[in-house]
Amino acid sequence: MLAALLIVFREVFEAGLIVGIIMAVTAGVLGRGLWVSAGVAAGVIGACLVALFTGGLSQLFGGSGQEVFNAGILSFAVIMLTWHNVWMARHGRELAAELKAAGEAVVAGSKSLAALAVVVAIAVLREGSEVVLFLYGVAAAQGGASWGMALGGCIGLVLGSLVCLATYLGLVTIPARYLFGVTSTLIAFLAAGLAAQAIAFLQQAAIVTTLDQTVWDTSWLLSDSSLLGRALHTLIGYVDQPTAMQLIVYAATLATIVVLMKLFSAPPRHRPQTA
Amino acid sequence: MGFAAALLAAATICCAATARADDAVSLSVTLKDHQFEPAELHAPAGKPIAIHVKNLNTIVSEFESTDLHFEKIVPVGTEAVVYVRPLQPGRYNFYDDFHHATQGYLVVP
Repeated sequence: MLAALLIVFREVFEAGLIVGIIMAVTAGVLGRGLWVSAGVAAGVIGACLVALFTGGLSQLFGGSGQEVFNAGILSFAVIMLTWHNVWMARHGRELAAELKAAGEAVVAGSKSLAALAVVVAIAVLREGSEVVLFLYGVAAAQGGASWGMALGGCIGLVLGSLVCLATYLGLVTIPARYLFGVTSTLIAFLAAGLAAQAIAFLQQAAIVTTLDQTVWDTSWLLSDSSLLGRALHTLIGYVDQPTAMQLIVYAATLATIVVLMKLFSAPPRHRPQTA
Repeated sequence: MGFAAALLAAATICCAATARADDAVSLSVTLKDHQFEPAELHAPAGKPIAIHVKNLNTIVSEFESTDLHFEKIVPVGTEAVVYVRPLQPGRYNFYDDFHHATQGYLVVP
């Protein structure tokens, strides 16, 4: 029971941090509950499918199927987060300031929601597939699911969900005029962390091998397997022994997001020149 | 066109993975009855390492190491490989993340 509780809590906790941020980012947007729920549901279904096909997946790409798959979906999440931030930089103020036609705003807003729902789905899928595999393995080993396992799983789920709720409630107490800046920053760091994680998978598969020397070691200060370390790993990509390549990708992702946000940010309003 | 490009990329990835397997120090470990066999592996310092793990348990494992930075699901009856960056001398822990009593070490003299 304790093992089930710990594993379920740990995975729900990690997915919950991301879902909590996305909930805060989309606070007040019409229809966001539906999109986020759809993302969670898609993630759960995806997790079951991934768990079901893990055997086949592992055999792809010369035995590196899992790594390539993880790197692929993480990269996709990075693109979605980047797109969201750039979109918000362009339209966020515009929407608020100019009161565009309501219909257009809803359509445009839902595009950005869809991107974030994909991120929610990927977060749930990644953490959820481990839960499914673990619980299935335990159930198979003891010849069926037990009450202890179910109870442990449920407690883990509830505790993990509380983290999600706390993240959300913590973020929405930020005054509205700062919220945009705070969430954009959070999303940029989240994206950079996910990109570095994608590279770590490619390094584990020996697909990326250049610049694989460890740059620093802060495991004595904060291990990335401790609870705080895990939280920071999920939120900003904290790694206690990063490789040079991970750091370069992290910095490059952050820089790309900042540059794109500047490039596409809403231009200052020009009045037509009347000579 | 896009599909062809994807195939080409996939083929490149496969080749890269196999090519890398050739110059890494290859180690093997088996999971059986929730024990690593052998429980202690040895490898030289400063060389890339490939650890092959075969799961002969009756349930799925997650072969993981905080020290060595890898995590990989290993279904029952299959063999998986993880690559580890060149290491400094030391004693590195690895484990089955789905069964924490199962612990092993990689020793680099």
